[in-house]
Amino acid sequence: MADGSEASPAPVGEDAMLSRPKLLSMSHVDKIFGRDVVALKDMNLDVRVGDFISLLGPSGCGKSTALRLISDLIHPTGGRIKWEVEKEPGSLSVVLQEPTLMPWATVEDNVFLPFRMQGKSKRSVISDIEEALALVGLEKFHGAYPRELSGGMKMRVSIARAMVTHPKLILMDEPFAALDEITRFKLNNDLLAMKEKIASTVIFVTHSVFESVFLSDRIVVMAARPGRVIEELTVTEPYPRTEDFRTSADYAAHCRRASDALKHAMELGQ
Amino acid sequence: MTAIEQDAPATADLAVDPEELARARRNRNEKIGQWVLPALVVIVTIFVWDRIVAVNELPHYILPGPGLVVEALIEDWGMLSDSLLVTLRITMGALFIAIVGGVGLAVLFTQSRWVEMSFFPYAVILQVTPIVAIAPLIFIYVDNRMVGLLICAWIVAFFPILSNTTLGLNSADHNLRDLFKVYGATRWQKLRYLQLPSALPYFLGGLRIAGGLSLIGAVVAEYVAGTGGNASGLAFRILEASYRLNIPRMFAALLLIALTGVIIFAILSLVSHLSLRKWHESALKRET
Ligand SMILES: Nc1ncnc2c1ncn2[C@@H]1O[C@H](COP(=O)(O)OP(=O)(O)O)[C@@H](O)[C@H]1O
Ligand SMILES: [Mg+2]
Repeated sequence: MADGSEASPAPVGEDAMLSRPKLLSMSHVDKIFGRDVVALKDMNLDVRVGDFISLLGPSGCGKSTALRLISDLIHPTGGRIKWEVEKEPGSLSVVLQEPTLMPWATVEDNVFLPFRMQGKSKRSVISDIEEALALVGLEKFHGAYPRELSGGMKMRVSIARAMVTHPKLILMDEPFAALDEITRFKLNNDLLAMKEKIASTVIFVTHSVFESVFLSDRIVVMAARPGRVIEELTVTEPYPRTEDFRTSADYAAHCRRASDALKHAMELGQ
Repeated sequence: MTAIEQDAPATADLAVDPEELARARRNRNEKIGQWVLPALVVIVTIFVWDRIVAVNELPHYILPGPGLVVEALIEDWGMLSDSLLVTLRITMGALFIAIVGGVGLAVLFTQSRWVEMSFFPYAVILQVTPIVAIAPLIFIYVDNRMVGLLICAWIVAFFPILSNTTLGLNSADHNLRDLFKVYGATRWQKLRYLQLPSALPYFLGGLRIAGGLSLIGAVVAEYVAGTGGNASGLAFRILEASYRLNIPRMFAALLLIALTGVIIFAILSLVSHLSLRKWHESALKRET
């Protein structure tokens, strides 16, 4: 990669990616619903610390199922999911397609939720809450109720809630799919900035090629019927990525590769 | 600058959307109408009532005029207000137990499907059996008249709270449930921070119905209980007045019962509005 020659404090590219310590591994994971709905078949994935992984694939290919398995909401029919680092309360966060805020609670109380579940008092974590709200640019709205916010702002609150505990792993299931494109681009940019700041690992589900290329360094392409991984692509462009990346030739080339992979996945899933 | 200022009123006038104006007018009219129209109906009704009695020279033991009813209300105020207090005490007591019992049972039901399956049918049976059919039994087994009345009123009132709250506790958003699970919420935390708030609007809906029902329960139970001595409520006063053909007093007592019901409903509606106005759809004002 041309960018590899650039002077940079840390090694970049595939080598750097492989040298990171493992965070979580999925080995031969199957998930069968009922008798014969094979939502996921033989999924293998090593998540490394600092990864930004996109799960890219048509609808029904088991992306959400994979996230639900990792978040322990459902259990694999076969195979194993193993945390390679210690999993403590607050190590894992999720962001769903809907902002999923509690309508009866203020923005601040919504962001407080993960800590509340740990039995912490609001006073002891108020600075973390303020920091998370500042990170998403909503520090002025701490006392607002969700209904007073726009769709994009609600999603920001949802992201602040996911980041407030500085989790080791954040799972995001098509968080921006319901937003308009301008808001989505803005949130994409901000998300990368936030991820750098809290130095977390992200698994991001999307069915947008452009989003996956812009955000991630690893794109896991999946096909449906049965849900499975068919290919993994790497995007070696170093972070921080800016708007310039969106208009670069590299970006276009990555998008073409990812598009082809997705097209292939759709054909397989027919 | 001055030119613009001079122009301002004209542009401001132009800027007002005629549709917007019409809506504002409609809203205002509706608000006034909400109070004025029912008041007008009352005034007209009382007037017609008075005329009918006067023109037909109806004797007061058949239909007393409104003036006589007011007179009875004032003359018998000592007795009627005591009875009103008794009825109110039973009503409030029954409503209170209905809230505690209804919410308590609902919470128990949502903690265990087995408990719900076992007991919900009996809650329904208790609800669908007319209270007048159960009440005589209750007064046979319960010596204390006040306790008997409370039990009757409670049976009538608790079901809407139980069924609404159960529904509300189970209607918490699925994604939020998942979120609570991911964050490792305990059963208690899930109840306290997710299910109870989700159930609040449903509970308040049930509460408004239960408020009226506990008054009905209190009145019906007293009819069934019959003779009352000095601690008798308004229902007993109506019975007693009917034996003595004291029709004005019957009307006066009836008026008090109706007023009590309206006030209970108004208070509970206000409570509901105040507790939901910050976040719930039902309490939001929307342009239509
Ligand atoms: N709880 C469930 N019960 C039965 N089938 C399910 C369930 N969840 C998902 N599925 C099925 O599993 C497959 C994968 O679903 P999902 O992971 O939601 O796909 P994606 O998120 O990629 O669109 C689909 O065919 C879906 O119908
Ligand atoms: Mg999905």
